[in-house]
Amino acid sequence: MSQTVTNLQPQQAGAAASTSPWLEGWRSFRKNKMALVGLGIIVFFVLVAIAAPLLTSYDYKAQDLMNRLQKPSGDHWFGTDDLGRDIYTRIVYGTRISLWVGISSVIGSIVAGTLLGIAAGYYGKWLDMLISRTFDILLAFPGILLAIAIVAALGPSLQNALVAVAIVNVPVFGRLVRARVLSIKNEEYITAAKALGMKTPRILLHHILPNCMGPVIVQGTLGVATAIIEAAALGFLGMGAQPPDPEWGKMLSDSRQFIANAPWTVIFPGLSIMLTVLGFNLMGDGLRDVLDPRMKS
Amino acid sequence: MGQTLLEIANLQTHFKTDRGVIPAVDGVDLTIRKGEIVGIVGESGCGKSVTSLSIMQLLPKPVGSIAGGSIRFKDEDIAKAGESRMRRIRGEEISMIFQEPMTSLNPLLTIGDQIAETLRIHRKISKKDAKAHAVAMLKKVGIPRAEQIVNEYPHRLSGGMRQRVMIAIALCCEPELLIADEPTTALDVTIQAQILDLMKKLNEETGTAILMITHDLGVVAEMCQRVVVMYAGKVVEEGTVEEVFRNPQHPYTKGLIRSIPRMEDDVRRLYSIKGSVPLPGTIKQGCRFAPRCEFAMDRCAAELPELVQSGEEAGHRSRCWLNG
Repeated sequence: MSQTVTNLQPQQAGAAASTSPWLEGWRSFRKNKMALVGLGIIVFFVLVAIAAPLLTSYDYKAQDLMNRLQKPSGDHWFGTDDLGRDIYTRIVYGTRISLWVGISSVIGSIVAGTLLGIAAGYYGKWLDMLISRTFDILLAFPGILLAIAIVAALGPSLQNALVAVAIVNVPVFGRLVRARVLSIKNEEYITAAKALGMKTPRILLHHILPNCMGPVIVQGTLGVATAIIEAAALGFLGMGAQPPDPEWGKMLSDSRQFIANAPWTVIFPGLSIMLTVLGFNLMGDGLRDVLDPRMKS
Repeated sequence: MGQTLLEIANLQTHFKTDRGVIPAVDGVDLTIRKGEIVGIVGESGCGKSVTSLSIMQLLPKPVGSIAGGSIRFKDEDIAKAGESRMRRIRGEEISMIFQEPMTSLNPLLTIGDQIAETLRIHRKISKKDAKAHAVAMLKKVGIPRAEQIVNEYPHRLSGGMRQRVMIAIALCCEPELLIADEPTTALDVTIQAQILDLMKKLNEETGTAILMITHDLGVVAEMCQRVVVMYAGKVVEEGTVEEVFRNPQHPYTKGLIRSIPRMEDDVRRLYSIKGSVPLPGTIKQGCRFAPRCEFAMDRCAAELPELVQSGEEAGHRSRCWLNG
């Protein structure tokens, strides 16, 4: 036996302290400059959202009719809107709304989509038929149209816009997870887990689910960007956030009549939407390189 | 001669496919005694792996199912055991290791977690004790620096090391039977020898019986006490390894033994049995080996011979009209 041990030493000589696949993922993520820029943008907006009251001395609801449609200045960095509200303040507070809608709706989509996807992929048969066909039907509608229909049924509010965006994105995650489960459940380590006497719930939660999560995290990051745009679009159409909430899409639609003589009223909300979406997209692409097994050579 | 541990009688395992029911295992009898190493040999597609999956009730559902026969493990027919009973048996009393060590471990769990998980399913022990036991198991299967490796993820280990880890997981609950389905096929030749040595050593130390499924007669010669030769879903010959190798009775076994390359012979071409294993279920009548057999007679195509005593030693049986 001692002979065997010495034979095996050289192979393992280079192995340093244990690194989890997640830590190694972070190391390769760090090498991707664009992804780091994306992460930076996201961290920036998250900090803005958390520190909103510290960043401005105005109230986002306070109207100042004497100072309507003011140009950007020392007093009003991004100018004021048609009711004299400080646009900078409204954008800072709007960050909270957009991030909240984007992230929480995606978490909702991921939870529902993962549960349905695992059920469809693992149990198959009629359950798979039922769930997959439902996904197909949901995906047959253009996302925003379906969201409008759902909000129309539930009544316009930020809460319902969030629910609508979440529902629209469930099939995206559901199909992704189902496809992963279909391939993972035939992996030898799943057969091995069964051969060791593990129960189905343990195999699903402890072995199949974590191995599905890479692409879901990638899709989730990209999904936040989509959700923010969809929520802004609903806001723009008057079906999302209601006045006086400073939702970016709503700010765009409220100010679009002033685009010619007070462009700052639309430029800054538009830029904010663009930047957050860009941030999530850049980070999502970076994560895809790290986590998506199909991208690994 | 030890006590009988596993006794398979007339096992029938069927696969339902679009082309009808295929009897992948068709009336297999097999006995394993406590502490014994038994080999099953045969070409691809002759039903070796299906036999082992039948024992574990891990046949792909709903396609494959046990259609008849019994699998007596100790005093219980586990072919008829329910899922919850089978879960208690799997890993605790019968364990299994697979061909492909590179994909048999969960890539997201550490080696230690995977051993400890199995332990904690079957034993009521604390996480700390399970971890300590995992380190002890890794040492037992000859893994160097076990205290560090226990915290490693599988991708850091080579194929041979992973197969050792698989053996550690399979043996951590001290099962009475280990089913090894081509455990060395995917490994380098030098690593193969190490793994076989390890399995033999553990068999001697722990008394765990091993059912060795392989297509490699060299592995059988090295490891096993008894051998069962399968062809197209049926046992065609069985006996002690020395007897079967010295005095093979069935033409198929003779052919297999003749196709082993020998260093002392100066031959250009290796001997091979002509043709290939028929698809299960395509030969309905007579001996299944008849179409490829150089000694085939009219009778062979018409009637299926029984597995009967042949050769000199008791328990050496073959299924051929030449020996009947």
